[in-house]
Amino acid sequence: MHEDHHEVLPQHLHHFATEEQQRETGTFGMWLFLLTEIMFFGGLFFAYLLFRNWYYDAFVAASNQLSIPLGAFNTVMLISSGFCMAVGVWAAEVRKQSLLVIMLILTTFFGLVFIGVKYVEYKEKWELHHIPGAHFDVSQFENPAAYGLKEKPLAPDMAEKTQVFFFLYFAMTGMHALHMIIGVGLLVWLILRARRGAFSSGYVAPIENFGLYWHFVDIVWLFLFPLLYLINRHPLH
Amino acid sequence: MSESNTILKLPDQRTATMPKRHYINNEDGLLSWLLTGDHKRIAMLYLMSITVFFFIGGAFAGLIRLELLTPQPDLVSSDTYNKLFTMHGIIMVFLFLVPSVPATIGNFLIPIMVGAKDLAFPKINLLSWYLYVIAGITILTALVLGGVDTGWTFTTPLSTHYLNTHVLTTAVGVFIAGFSSIFTGLNFIVTIHRMRAPGMTWFRMPLFCWAHYAASILMVLGTPVLAITLVLVALERVFGIGVFDPTKGGDPILFQHLFWFYSHPAVYIMILPGMGVISEVISTFSRKRVFGYTAVAFSSVAIALFGFFVWAHHMFIMGVSNYSALVFSLLTMLVAVPSAIKIFNWTFTLQKGSITFETPMLYAFGFMGLFTIGGLTGVFLGALGMDIQLTETYFIVAHFHFVMVGGMLMAFLAGVHFWWPKMTGRMYPESLSKLAAVTTFIGFNLTFLPQFIVGYLGMPRRYHSYPAEYQVLNVLSTAGATVLGVGYMLPVLYLAWSLKYGAIAGNNPWQATGLEWQIQSPPLTPNFIETPIVDYEAYDYEWLARKTEQEVTTVG
Repeated sequence: MHEDHHEVLPQHLHHFATEEQQRETGTFGMWLFLLTEIMFFGGLFFAYLLFRNWYYDAFVAASNQLSIPLGAFNTVMLISSGFCMAVGVWAAEVRKQSLLVIMLILTTFFGLVFIGVKYVEYKEKWELHHIPGAHFDVSQFENPAAYGLKEKPLAPDMAEKTQVFFFLYFAMTGMHALHMIIGVGLLVWLILRARRGAFSSGYVAPIENFGLYWHFVDIVWLFLFPLLYLINRHPLH
Repeated sequence: MSESNTILKLPDQRTATMPKRHYINNEDGLLSWLLTGDHKRIAMLYLMSITVFFFIGGAFAGLIRLELLTPQPDLVSSDTYNKLFTMHGIIMVFLFLVPSVPATIGNFLIPIMVGAKDLAFPKINLLSWYLYVIAGITILTALVLGGVDTGWTFTTPLSTHYLNTHVLTTAVGVFIAGFSSIFTGLNFIVTIHRMRAPGMTWFRMPLFCWAHYAASILMVLGTPVLAITLVLVALERVFGIGVFDPTKGGDPILFQHLFWFYSHPAVYIMILPGMGVISEVISTFSRKRVFGYTAVAFSSVAIALFGFFVWAHHMFIMGVSNYSALVFSLLTMLVAVPSAIKIFNWTFTLQKGSITFETPMLYAFGFMGLFTIGGLTGVFLGALGMDIQLTETYFIVAHFHFVMVGGMLMAFLAGVHFWWPKMTGRMYPESLSKLAAVTTFIGFNLTFLPQFIVGYLGMPRRYHSYPAEYQVLNVLSTAGATVLGVGYMLPVLYLAWSLKYGAIAGNNPWQATGLEWQIQSPPLTPNFIETPIVDYEAYDYEWLARKTEQEVTTVG
């Protein structure tokens, strides 16, 4: 079966028989990569599950330190950026270049706001000496009344376990933020290419596949937010 | 064809020449290799790199055996000895065994076997090799800076809190090597799903592809868990938290669960591709289709699936509950079944086959015997009562060396010899290679059979001194290791020699079935001149006989 003399698109790679095969292969590859990412984050989720069970009271006290308003705002930011990304994918498919560029820029903007808010949260943790390590300070958990908090005071050994919560908090949100920073970097590159018209003639695979990645990062946050911020608010009786 | 004791059929050497163009002389220059997308060139790059690391790891093995010649700790200090076995394990597992067949033979052959021009993602394939090289350099850096002595298992809290050695550097290296493996597996899965030629259905693929598909599932799902585990170990070392430290409320068993969740599937990542090789070799040198194709194909996938359920059999004495140990012991017994199915199927392939004993077949026979012994001893270890006696002794060391070296390494050598004519266009010298195969077999048994005995008698692993009554067995083991070393050096020498002086192989010196044998040796860069259309089953020797009846092959 010789190669037909049909129109060969510029993005067509030689080892694929058709452009459709190339596109479907790329998408399949991205879904598989996201599966590996699920396994990657899974280890952290498992550790969280375990220690939440063992040190429930410490996790309650520690998670009460997280700001639900900021977390909820961040969630809205990420959902908005996900929405913009989805519109951007549609724009690429219907070949509306300027709409695509605007949507990619908005996606990046919301992503950057998210990262900015995380910086604010991390900075607050630094100031309160809640960053795990040598300078971790448990006094707020042993004696909440002194800090004006209506919390149940923890025994010293349980208070120590709040450090485990914060370790997992920083590990999980940090790993998530790292994936977002990588995503923002890729977005900048995609914006530059989109402005040059690379995605305006039907070649949408990079936009689609990046969209998958971005939505995945979004979904990870949608698990992190309830697990870290929303549950464990009240001690067991 | 007359009665002969070889199926080897080479073109007339007086007139044969190498093909004018092939993937090696297609382009010139170092950059054309370092920036290639061609899966065959990447496979060759991998072959050279893993050989280097194999001999480094082997050097460590030599030093270990040298120390164990005498009961006293007289060659190296205990810290140095710890570093020797740690580096031996890390290099052999992550830098040799895991990439051995998939990244070299798999990379080379899978696109050709399914009828494609390349893997799905050639650039990611190249990235995978670069990650491997960076990982190797990082691990060597850790070595040069002073080494790491945690054991290849990085057990906490030793690795996180109690050692000053280069755990972090090594962990980074292994992390990077993990991603190299993930990308290889990802490429294979997508290629097998999406790039098969017209007519190449799932059940017409060579079993080599099924084995690699199963191993790739393990690579893709299991390796990320190792990655995150290493991240946690690194964070704990750097920040001193207590996720794995009991004095700070953490749990060292958590580390072990996370670590072994990858590392048990890892052993199947290592062995499955080797089993794929054995299917091809046994079929070719018995001139018979593999018995029970469907059973062998599905047993590969079953091994991949069950392999995820048995990890805690590495932790029976670590303080897991009795009920948990019971369940994992039962599952371990079950995971042995698909492997045994393969052995039975290969045996029935041999039955009433027309068997010849070329070098790849010698290695395959070695595999079948030695892997069976190794696998059965694994079943002994899966029994709880036996494991309590035998774990952390040399019985375990012998068990995994039987499956990994007697099994996997022999399968690797079988594969390298079997497909050497295809990859290079040259034949290796048969008598010398047979000698090397036999030497390896003798050396292997002499090295590792005594270790079963000495382990059963109670000699612990990872100790550089031992009671004097174990010395004879240890001396036998070291003597065997020396013979084994010779056996492994020989292929490097004669395979290199064959590149220039070996006989011209032609398309199909083994008269084997499979798409790779229908194209020239070495192949063209795009593998096929036109897309093959497949309308015959795998291992169809009748189809091959009909096809070659009238064939006149010219080479050059």
